[in-house]
Amino acid sequence: MKNLLPTNYQLMKHDRDYEGLELELLIESIYKRYGFDFREYAPASLRRRVLKCVKDEKLNTISGLQELVLHDPACMKRLLRSLTVDVTSMFRDPHFYVAIRKKVLPQFRNYPLIRIWHAGCATGEEVYSLAILLKEEGLYDRALIYATDMNDAVLAEAKEGIYPLNEMRVYSTSYHQAGGREEFSKYYTAKYGHARIATSLQKNIVWAMHNLTTDSSFNEFHLILCRNVMIYFNRSLQDRVHNLLYDSLIFQGVLGLGAKESIHSISHEADYNILDKSGKLYQKLK
Amino acid sequence: MINFDIIVLGASLGGLKASQTILSALPARFSTPIVIVQHRKPDSSASRTLTNLLQKSCALPVVEAEDKMTIKRGQVYISPPDYHLLVEEDHFSLSTEAPVNYARPSIDVLFESTAIAFGKHVIGVLLTGANIDGALGLKAIRSCGGLTIVQDPKTADAVEMPFGALEVDAADHIMPLNEIGPFLVNMCCR
Repeated sequence: MKNLLPTNYQLMKHDRDYEGLELELLIESIYKRYGFDFREYAPASLRRRVLKCVKDEKLNTISGLQELVLHDPACMKRLLRSLTVDVTSMFRDPHFYVAIRKKVLPQFRNYPLIRIWHAGCATGEEVYSLAILLKEEGLYDRALIYATDMNDAVLAEAKEGIYPLNEMRVYSTSYHQAGGREEFSKYYTAKYGHARIATSLQKNIVWAMHNLTTDSSFNEFHLILCRNVMIYFNRSLQDRVHNLLYDSLIFQGVLGLGAKESIHSISHEADYNILDKSGKLYQKLK
Repeated sequence: MINFDIIVLGASLGGLKASQTILSALPARFSTPIVIVQHRKPDSSASRTLTNLLQKSCALPVVEAEDKMTIKRGQVYISPPDYHLLVEEDHFSLSTEAPVNYARPSIDVLFESTAIAFGKHVIGVLLTGANIDGALGLKAIRSCGGLTIVQDPKTADAVEMPFGALEVDAADHIMPLNEIGPFLVNMCCR
């Protein structure tokens, strides 16, 4: 039997065509069986992740994976973890946080309540990074952060706020590059090789399931962060999700994207002002 | 005769000089888009430097690729640091998935996605490097009918990457560095 792995380069043309068909059928089955909608994900990277699952499940074909996932919800759980990329870190792209500190938070000084939505928060590292910023700028007690993800397993980890201690050393450097002036260790307690995020940072965070591809807007926000989430979507899904985010921002609310994302070619491009170009911060104009 | 619609180029250790050598041989009328993955540290200031350095030796505009950016003719694209760069039909997609061959961006990831999207209309070029990234991606290009070139290890600062490609039989041509640019002009400016 042919081995359909990313490293397999001996596939003939018709095998690759079948692979595309198998991928389509798998994605359709997942949607019909479990409601997770990957139909408009960017195909090139989705294919890679699916083939990795085929390998991890010790199967030979995407069709084999389809059979397993249809009959075994536990396999769907593993698949969901692999298909949704949850690579994240605290103070990822430190200059983004410098821009938030300098250009966004000062605008919130006089607001009685600051509503923030972190869409696609994965295991929560970037949510806690923002919480630290709010704390240091004296805004945390007036802030309410809604941190959402489509995967309840990663949300549970995020809510716990326990990370490997060795990662904290790396994060400490990023924190200081992001303009942090305190001892980073004051934000967690170390125990048995792990770091637990301080409960004072957790109290104003609401963790909730939300799927950007299928769920609708649930509030209006002053700040929405959606970083390196939409890179996995195709252009039409990106545009739809951008509509959702736009509808969820108040007038003059701010949208923060990943370092290599932009609002070029989305329908709402003209409705935003560039607040910080390299920080990818956009302010709603209308 | 096959029209080539895209050129993908992968380089690691010693790659800056090698890429400069190739780009400097291309005339301003060279219209086939070129996409370059150069291994480097995940640091955005170094990335601006790389774009600038390549621009200095190239008559074509050099830009860093962004997510969903349309691939245009007459442009040279550099992969951004700390993301995988993938090609989909007429545009790029980025990914923060785990490194492949210890690299993000990975040459294999770019090459393989381009092979699937462009089939036989791809030229893949693998240059100097001290790692085996790119070998299987180049092989994917070749098996999808594209044209593949490996830098002659005798002219490479680091030989592991060219040898890696030769070991899996990924090369249509093995060429000294200074012949690759003129060859691309010959293939694409007919």
